[in-house]
Amino acid sequence: MRFLTISGPPSSGKTSVILRVIEALQARGKKIGVVKFDCLLTDDDKLYAKKGVLVQKGLSGALCPDHYFVSNIESCVTWGHENGCEYLISESAGLCNRCSPHIKEITAVCVIDNLSGIGTPKKIGPMLKSADIVIITKGDIVSQAEREVFASRVKQVNPGAIIMNVNGITGQGAFELTSLFEEASDIETLKGKELRFSMPAALCSYCLGETRIGEEHQTGNIRKMDL
Amino acid sequence: MSDILVDHPYIEDFLTSFGLIVKPGADSLQSYLDNLDPDKLEDLGISEEQLRQSFDDFLEGMLAISDPMDKVEALTVIGGHDKSGSAEGIELTLKPGEVICIVGPTGSGKSRLLADIEWVAQGDTPTKRKILINGQVPDNKWRFSTEYKLVAQLSQNMNFVMDLSAEEFIRMHAESRLVTDPQKKVAQILQQANELAGERFDPDTPVTSLSGGQSRALMIADMAILSKSPIALIDEIENAGIDRKKALDLLVKEEKIILMATHDPILALMGDRRLVIKNGGIDKIIESSEAERKNLVSLEKLDTKLLALRNRIRTGDTLENIEGV
Ligand SMILES: Nc1nc2c(ncn2[C@@H]2O[C@H](COP(=O)(O)OP(=O)(O)OP(=O)(O)O)[C@@H](O)[C@H]2O)c(=O)[nH]1
Ligand SMILES: Nc1ncnc2c1ncn2[C@@H]1O[C@H](COP(=O)(O)OP(=O)(O)O)[C@@H](O)[C@H]1O
Ligand SMILES: [Mg+2]
Ligand SMILES: [Mg+2]
Ligand SMILES: [Zn+2]
Ligand SMILES: [Zn+2]
Repeated sequence: MRFLTISGPPSSGKTSVILRVIEALQARGKKIGVVKFDCLLTDDDKLYAKKGVLVQKGLSGALCPDHYFVSNIESCVTWGHENGCEYLISESAGLCNRCSPHIKEITAVCVIDNLSGIGTPKKIGPMLKSADIVIITKGDIVSQAEREVFASRVKQVNPGAIIMNVNGITGQGAFELTSLFEEASDIETLKGKELRFSMPAALCSYCLGETRIGEEHQTGNIRKMDL
Repeated sequence: MSDILVDHPYIEDFLTSFGLIVKPGADSLQSYLDNLDPDKLEDLGISEEQLRQSFDDFLEGMLAISDPMDKVEALTVIGGHDKSGSAEGIELTLKPGEVICIVGPTGSGKSRLLADIEWVAQGDTPTKRKILINGQVPDNKWRFSTEYKLVAQLSQNMNFVMDLSAEEFIRMHAESRLVTDPQKKVAQILQQANELAGERFDPDTPVTSLSGGQSRALMIADMAILSKSPIALIDEIENAGIDRKKALDLLVKEEKIILMATHDPILALMGDRRLVIKNGGIDKIIESSEAERKNLVSLEKLDTKLLALRNRIRTGDTLENIEGV
């Protein structure tokens, strides 16, 4: 089973791009599973189900969605494998810019859009900087000069990645992207695998439900600003 | 380290884009990298190993930008098959300075043909077409490189989201392409754009307040002068506010291969040939004939007439009497 982790800022076009790739993979007769991770709410699972692929969704609620991702992804991979998927795709939104779902030796994709502004690539952490493939969407809305400037900013923070422009609506570039998916990591289990980058350390009193403000309520892993 | 940063300012850009602080000093770049605090790197979300790898990749990419681009003397499309599987049975070679129009109804496969070229297809797309560059199976670098893009595509939408003036915007683009003497290139582009645009604009006009014609003029001048891509794809140049003939001439002069999806009769006749797309395949190739070129003159007259009427509407005139137009 080929497995890829796909992540990117909210509304960057992850689902749209994945749907276009699903169409291309289905045209090649492939069986596909998708696992969607989000915090509070998502309708993406319905869009995937409409395409006739197998879907699971996980809502992290009060937990950091990426921490939640990493505690669940191994069983999701097993689920995909047991259900005979030839491709398994995980979609997760990078919300804190410092966590990243990418796993060593597993093809890692980051989706980012031209409208997010040229300052955005450097603000995103390992989710973008350690991805193997970076997909830039919404190129139809901006001029070619802006597309080039944006791509050069992405290239600056992840010079080793394959950078592609894909249109999530028309599917321009999706066929080409699909041929990269065909070379994605082929696995049966995530046993023994490691994250590409550690997730931010937490475990202060606030992680444990503290709501009161003030020094006396702060315990555990606390750090102070230099004012 | 100060010397390196002066000679290669992009190194500082690279380091700061990872959130690192660069203090120019006597330290060598090597010792700067050796002495980065691992806890600080952890905070920034990057490992030392990955930073070094990225730095090497980045330098390699930067050095590649200043390499001269391989010259594309010929682009060959070897036919595949249409949607019903019938062979296209053509081999078509395009040369720099040629203007080729692509015509056909929606869904016929125009965008697919353009995408086959951009992807330098090798029988691995639904059409099974093959693309050769200079008569040979091209290097894979054309597919993924951001520096060596084979094709620059002029969007149909000319919106800008950046909050910059026309001059700042073009300078930023020039800098990202590491051109030598960006100042001169920027001035050249702004001047060209003004020659193409119906209405002049100042360098400090915000890009977001340019008119449709002005944006198009700016992007065509930018493409002609800044882009190294040997092929220009144009999805229709709208009529309003831009001298289309001059715009095409500018791209032709820069020795680009120009592929244009259009159903505009004037643009179609300005092209050297028209590829007629039907059912996913190239159905016919029409060379613009002598008779057609003659008709271009009267079409242009017609166009000038319409333009004059448009201007009268713009200036608040009526169209009750259009005899003398
Ligand atoms: N114009 C344009 N719009 C796009 C493109 N790709 C996606 N969109 C639109 O952007 C919006 C968000 O796209 P989604 O695919 O839902 O984004 P997402 O990253 O999956 O969003 P979340 O899962 O909610 O984080 C939708 O309205 C899409 O139609 C594109 O290439 N061009
Ligand atoms: N020769 C072909 N064989 C199979 N599918 C094709 C072929 N040519 C085009 N298509 C498909 O037909 C659809 C419409 O083509 P497109 O290029 O978008 O048309 P247009 O740009 O002319 O509106 C696309 O999904 C494209 O991949
Ligand atoms: Mg989504
Ligand atoms: Mg099209
Ligand atoms: Zn987090
Ligand atoms: Zn906490």
